Amino acid sequence: MTPTLQLFLIISTALFSIGLLAALSRRHAIFILIGIELMLAAANLNFIAFWRFSPEPHQPTGVLVAIFSIAIAAAEAAVGLALVIAIYRHYRTTNVDQLDQLKG
Amino acid sequence: MSSWIVSNLWLIPAVPLAASLVVLSLTNSARSISVWLAIVGQIVAFVLAITAFLPTLQMPGFRAVHNFTWFTFGDQALRIGWMLDPLAAAMMVMITLVGLCIFVFSVGYMAGDKNITRFFAYLSFFSGAMLGVVISNSLLLLFVSWELVGLASYLLIGFWIDRPSAAAAAKKAFITTRIGDLGFFLGMLWLYHNSGTLLFYDQGRGCLEGTGLLAIGASATFIALLIFCGAVGKSGQFPLHVWLPDAMEGPTPVSALIHAATMVAAGVFLIARVYSLFSLGAVNGVTPSLTVVVSVGVVTALMASLIALAQFDIKRILAYSTVSQLGLMMVSLGVGGVAAGIMHLIAHGFFKALLFLGAGSVIHGLHHEQDIRKMGGLRWIMPVTFLTYAVGMMNLSGVPFFFSGGWTKEEILHRSAHWPVSPLPHYLMLAGVILTALYMTRQMIYIFFGSARNTDFQSVRSAEFHSAAAATTRDISVGRKGQRPVFRAHESPRVMTMPLIVLALCSILFFLVLTPAWPWLHAYLNGEPAHVDFGLLIQPMLFLSLALVAGGIGFGWLIYRNVTESDPLARAQPGVFRFLENKMWFDEIYEHTVIALSRMLSRKADWLDRYFWDGLVRLFAGLGQAFGALSKGFDDHGINAGVDETTAGTRGFGRLIAAAHSGQIQAYLAAIAIGMLLLLVLYAWLG
Repeated sequence: MTPTLQLFLIISTALFSIGLLAALSRRHAIFILIGIELMLAAANLNFIAFWRFSPEPHQPTGVLVAIFSIAIAAAEAAVGLALVIAIYRHYRTTNVDQLDQLKG
Repeated sequence: MSSWIVSNLWLIPAVPLAASLVVLSLTNSARSISVWLAIVGQIVAFVLAITAFLPTLQMPGFRAVHNFTWFTFGDQALRIGWMLDPLAAAMMVMITLVGLCIFVFSVGYMAGDKNITRFFAYLSFFSGAMLGVVISNSLLLLFVSWELVGLASYLLIGFWIDRPSAAAAAKKAFITTRIGDLGFFLGMLWLYHNSGTLLFYDQGRGCLEGTGLLAIGASATFIALLIFCGAVGKSGQFPLHVWLPDAMEGPTPVSALIHAATMVAAGVFLIARVYSLFSLGAVNGVTPSLTVVVSVGVVTALMASLIALAQFDIKRILAYSTVSQLGLMMVSLGVGGVAAGIMHLIAHGFFKALLFLGAGSVIHGLHHEQDIRKMGGLRWIMPVTFLTYAVGMMNLSGVPFFFSGGWTKEEILHRSAHWPVSPLPHYLMLAGVILTALYMTRQMIYIFFGSARNTDFQSVRSAEFHSAAAATTRDISVGRKGQRPVFRAHESPRVMTMPLIVLALCSILFFLVLTPAWPWLHAYLNGEPAHVDFGLLIQPMLFLSLALVAGGIGFGWLIYRNVTESDPLARAQPGVFRFLENKMWFDEIYEHTVIALSRMLSRKADWLDRYFWDGLVRLFAGLGQAFGALSKGFDDHGINAGVDETTAGTRGFGRLIAAAHSGQIQAYLAAIAIGMLLLLVLYAWLG
């Protein structure tokens, strides 16, 4: 089977949905972060796929955007984990159900 | 046949890796399946390694590569590949054989551990990653496998995750080796910048041959030294050796497999693999980078054997002996004896795995007692362990005749004697030989000779912390009435003694291909045909090393003969002994320099964050607040009254909306997702 654009889009859609499901349904803050990472990975996959099947696959634009977004994802993970630790130290829990200080 | 195995060489690391993934997905209830899967994976890898080994025997200097394009990026294609040559083939056979013995031993040693599934998954993972290092024909592929090996080491050192000391040791190992790997990575980038390829051999265009090597030119010294940083970290060389003794927190089979036989050897292997970079532009076999390798190796070898003299933990003594032997191999590579170094690496792989498994057997038999002061007299209780351990000890001490370690060590001494730069390393290494014989004699006497210094092993119970293996009921016999139950020392089960016997036989029979009379392995690694010449057997170096080893053992016997709980050396030279027992205070020095510096920097960053940036934010917040107060005053006294009436309806609606704001971030997230979905539907609908 030759890889087509549709195939990659289906995979990235599946990846995004799994990530969204994880982010919505898990109660542990770290799993939510993992879910967000999955969604980012899906977006990266889309970038790469659209670049690869674009009329100009020799310009490394898509890869550069993806690398840029991976770097941002790494920074985001560092900040996110630091936040989780800070929240844990403050509230002694990482269960997001119990964290409702955003209540309006 | 030979072309099939070359193009499918990837199977050798892939099989254990696949086994590891399958085992990892099994639950703890599938114990026997997972153990069998891991062992079968290892057996398959061993058979494939032999299949790969056979074609390399056909002609001297056999080398076959299989390269392919991994991906293209712009107009650059990144190519990786694997290679089969004597170095890779010999390493593969050693790793898979030693690995197999250790896997089998682990079945007995870890029998009572509830996480045995995870253990075997990690072991398989490690084995696959290490085989990946060995077959790589690309520095990038080697680096990837190298990091996987580091990860496996981290996971296995911290295997008993509920012990804080194990977690700390795992972190220390990971971070310390990462420092070296940073150098390795920079060296790799520099190499790619200069030569434009990371393939080692590529029909004359690789970075270790022909035009690729010429393109590197004068910066080869710096690249080689950066790559050497990685080897220093992984192989526990001075000054990054501090992680290796702490890594003994892992289960003993892990110490045997990773921190003695294979992983720490990866650094030595790396230097041997990219040796062309080190020797580029050599005058009389000497380059600046090789001189650095020799210096680091000598310092490491001597320092570690001195520290080993004053340790009481059975595994730590062996850990320091590993550090010192790795230093010896580095010296050998540095003075130009690549084949001699690799020979010692392979022989060391066998006998150090044997020693560590023997130590594991002792620890198992004594219910997790590791302090050699509390052992003694075990030679009658654990005869198989004693005999095999003695074989390992003879190998490590460098006794020639029937012990492979003696011949390889003598070869290294022989090489270093002719180093043109300075005779100092040679003399220091001769001192190292005496020290090695001395501390191994000390350890043997402490463990196996004399009388049992802790007959009932009652105090052991408090030292026992993990692995229900120690507490199988048949080991506990109830003492006389009114006494607490006591543990008895016992010989280990067959599943543990068999690997010991196999390894002991390997490290003895291995000498047949090592002696100067028929230096088959040496010639094989160098790609030359081997000749039989019994005249070469008698050499001055043989007598010198024999005399030194005999002196070391004899001296050791003299001073440790009637050993008690206090060490004779500690009584004679308490200050020196304390210096050595505390590992020359390396940990303390690092604690007060590097770690203190990084702590100070983090404190400064914290302060900056807290007071400077926070201050700025607060300043703006204050401005906003002041403006708000002003505005509020204007509102209150100006336009308030009339508006209140008209906003009553809005307030009611606002309360309604506020109910939706539960503070649950996942509810918000769901709202965003639904909103996105609605927008998408709208978009699709409207075209």
